[in-house]
Amino acid sequence: MTKQVQQLDRVIIRFAGDSGDGMQLTGDRFTAGTAEFGNDLSTLPNFPAEIRAPAGTLPGVSSFQLHFADHDILTPGDAPNVLVAMNPAALKANLGDLPRGADIIANTDEFTKRNLQKVGYAANPLEDESLSEWRVHAVPLTSLTVKALEDFDLSKKDAERSKNMFALGLLSWLYHRPTEQTVKFLEQKFAKKPDLAKANIAAFQAGWNYGETTESFSVSYEVKPARLAPGVYRNISGNQALAYGLIAASVQSKLPLFLGSYPITPASDILHELSKHKRFGIRTFQAEDEIAGVGAALGAAFGGALGVTTTSGPGVALKAETVGLAVTTELPLIVVDVQRAGPSTGMPTKTEQTDLLMALFGRNGESPVPVVAPMSPSDCFDAAVEAARIAVKYRTPVMLLSDGYLANGSEPWRLPEISDLPDISQEFTTEPNGADGEFLPFKRDTETLARPWAIPGTPGLEHRIGGIEKADGTGNISYDPNNHDLMVRTRAAKIAGIDVPDLEVDDPDGDAKVLVIGWGSTYGPIAAAVRRIRRSGGKVAQTHLRHLNPLPANTGDVLKRYDKVLLPEINLGQLALLLRARFLVDVISYNRVRGLPFKAEELAGVIQDVIDSD
Amino acid sequence: MTELVNGKGLSLIPKTDVKQGMKDFKSDQEVRWCPGCGDYAILAAVQSFLPDLGLKRENIVFVSGIGCSSRFPYYLNTYGFHSIHGRAPAIATGLAASRPDLSVWVITGDGDALSIGGNHLIHALRRNVNLNILLFNNRIYGLTKGQYSPTSEVGKITKSTPMGSLDKPFNPISLAIGAEASFVARTIDSDRKHLQSVLREATEHRGTSLVEIYQNCNIFNDNAFEQLKDPEVRDDITLRLEHGQPITSASKAVVRGANGGIEVVARDGVSEDEILVHDAHNPDPSVAFALSRLDEPAFEHVPIGIFRQVDRPAYDVLMAEQLEEAVAQKGPGDLGELLLGGDTWRIG
Repeated sequence: MTKQVQQLDRVIIRFAGDSGDGMQLTGDRFTAGTAEFGNDLSTLPNFPAEIRAPAGTLPGVSSFQLHFADHDILTPGDAPNVLVAMNPAALKANLGDLPRGADIIANTDEFTKRNLQKVGYAANPLEDESLSEWRVHAVPLTSLTVKALEDFDLSKKDAERSKNMFALGLLSWLYHRPTEQTVKFLEQKFAKKPDLAKANIAAFQAGWNYGETTESFSVSYEVKPARLAPGVYRNISGNQALAYGLIAASVQSKLPLFLGSYPITPASDILHELSKHKRFGIRTFQAEDEIAGVGAALGAAFGGALGVTTTSGPGVALKAETVGLAVTTELPLIVVDVQRAGPSTGMPTKTEQTDLLMALFGRNGESPVPVVAPMSPSDCFDAAVEAARIAVKYRTPVMLLSDGYLANGSEPWRLPEISDLPDISQEFTTEPNGADGEFLPFKRDTETLARPWAIPGTPGLEHRIGGIEKADGTGNISYDPNNHDLMVRTRAAKIAGIDVPDLEVDDPDGDAKVLVIGWGSTYGPIAAAVRRIRRSGGKVAQTHLRHLNPLPANTGDVLKRYDKVLLPEINLGQLALLLRARFLVDVISYNRVRGLPFKAEELAGVIQDVIDSD
Repeated sequence: MTELVNGKGLSLIPKTDVKQGMKDFKSDQEVRWCPGCGDYAILAAVQSFLPDLGLKRENIVFVSGIGCSSRFPYYLNTYGFHSIHGRAPAIATGLAASRPDLSVWVITGDGDALSIGGNHLIHALRRNVNLNILLFNNRIYGLTKGQYSPTSEVGKITKSTPMGSLDKPFNPISLAIGAEASFVARTIDSDRKHLQSVLREATEHRGTSLVEIYQNCNIFNDNAFEQLKDPEVRDDITLRLEHGQPITSASKAVVRGANGGIEVVARDGVSEDEILVHDAHNPDPSVAFALSRLDEPAFEHVPIGIFRQVDRPAYDVLMAEQLEEAVAQKGPGDLGELLLGGDTWRIG
């Protein structure tokens, strides 16, 4: 039977199952195949904080959404075209996001009376009319997998575990994904257990063959490769890109990287990644707590290392005092905050942009800190290098504000040419700088206002720094009122004077009346929404802030150029508060704090409303 | 007797041929402790002992937290970092772990080290970072003007405890031994010779050395250690701990007691071979721990000296070895190769 092949320009798939069902792995592999095929893509993993919530329950549902297309895309997609539901809980938890007409591939084996009861289904939705608005493909994934693995010397339980690979095979057939990489991946993953490797590959191929032969799927789909800019690409998550950015920063600054960190969701993967790259001279230190993590990083910075600490919001709260110490001792330090839903423990695996004001102001005293925010998973690389550049050049702690959405989401990344990366190295001070041959640790560079960085081991420059206010120049303890006023203003001026590029505005015809501004991870959804507006003939300008402190010099001018300024944030208006205060511009805030990224459709509606309003 | 095999000591820290004197280690800053404070004696002891080490001065770093004692780095002409309350061991850990060529000192007090910074202290000890931690124990909060501290005796009447403090104090030596410390010693501000001999041993120990220094606060807790200074009684209550020597004071001796413990008896009631011989290098910490409990409840007999000094790889050395091993296995890191390391594809 020759099956029909339908051309699509883009598809959104969501894999959903129990947290033990291997949905993240399935999604990762489908993503790898999709990347290899050459589609543009964007992913959104969504998993519970519990490592293994009770099986079959709603809190235990883990999902992975993938958006891929034959053109460049900006978000993991609003609503799935296809839901793979490995059990009733996965169906129930995700059905609300599914538009009418979407495909549901359900694992019928798991739709048992008991599993249905666990999530409150009185009857089996696969067997009544309740799913009639969708196209349901009822597939006994578990039993088909077990059958396919009959010839393997595996327990039934072990065989059942491969059902995610069966599902992956089926989906790979359905969307014409290449299979070689997945086979290779499974061989490597189970290199020490060749039987398991073979079984998983067999399950994967059985899934593919099932699609090919069964009548339950009469159509398969093709999404042509996207025409992206020429270059070498790889798929990368935000946390991995951020870790690579820190490594690049170490290489480009010629400073050994020292990471002091305490495990915390969703930042731990940066610690994991960096701990694998010791051959770059990277020291990773898993500290006893958040405070020790940043303390050790600052101590290493005093000794001439590129000191970094990685954490999430609750950890930033704990590190505040040490960041203040870094402000006053004027040592380079990078504080990575992978923001998550708060306050307090909040929702550790869910995303938010609610730490902006804490990053800017969450310390005692006048304690200015530069803040940099990446706008997409791969941009975490460049943002990390930029944060390091500022830290090293200006001898200051820098906050790098990623978030859970960027951290775990992924997209294709066009690899930079190493030779194009900026040289961010600075010389250590090795000679006295005083008129009488003495060393003045707080005599500043006249241009950057940075103080000299003289590290232990440098003869003749022995000096003492610390948290007590220091006299300008000599660095001796000083309680002099005028000196304190001078030092407070000088530290502020140093940060305010950091060289950041001007804001660029995307306003194709130059006649838009409405400007949408954002910062951080909202770039994708905002840009996708802006495209929608423009496709339907609307006019809207867009700009996005990477530097939250200092703000680009032209920020006020840009804001005042438009009749209306709309600012969507995943908080209750933190940047809006700042922009209103700084520039007296009546910024229109749009805020949702659901632990999830914005949807393009949602933002398009908001932008349209602003355009239409008087 | 157990013998030490760790030869590293100061070998990783650059030496100088230039003859140094005490004045080379004095900074130009005016020392501002209360007149009569025990800190003066400790500062003078450190300033006059450092030149003897023959280390390059620029490779010595003093890190402190908050408290009276934490002003210490300002008065030494070495590199110094006066940090924040309780965090000095953490900051020093990052410095020492990334710079094996430095002699890193932590100056702390009983509040700084055992209260707000207790967590960092115990973890530094278990990791065996190459630090010399000098814990000035005056059993009171001085800088905040006289509240009780985690080493104050129960019932201490202070500004914050007008009816007496309720909480049992820490014994810093017991705590350190319990935290897997590889070097634990106690000395006293008024005995410069002993203080310097302990500091020398601590410096040459590669790993974390914890030295508790009984230090008099003449303003808020004067004469806290008077028995150990009073010529009338001090020789009777001070039990000298010297590796390989019987543990005795002028009139007392430590012997094996009932129930597997140790006890203090009159010296003239036992024969020489019954007296416990101190083995500071014993890998088993149980006798060192038992010795640390001898001054409970209060100063009837106080062991002074090195309780424990055992070989254990230092954290900075282990960390450096992993870096070297990674390079040996896969060669030095190459950024271009790293970025190309995943599944890549080419467009155009």
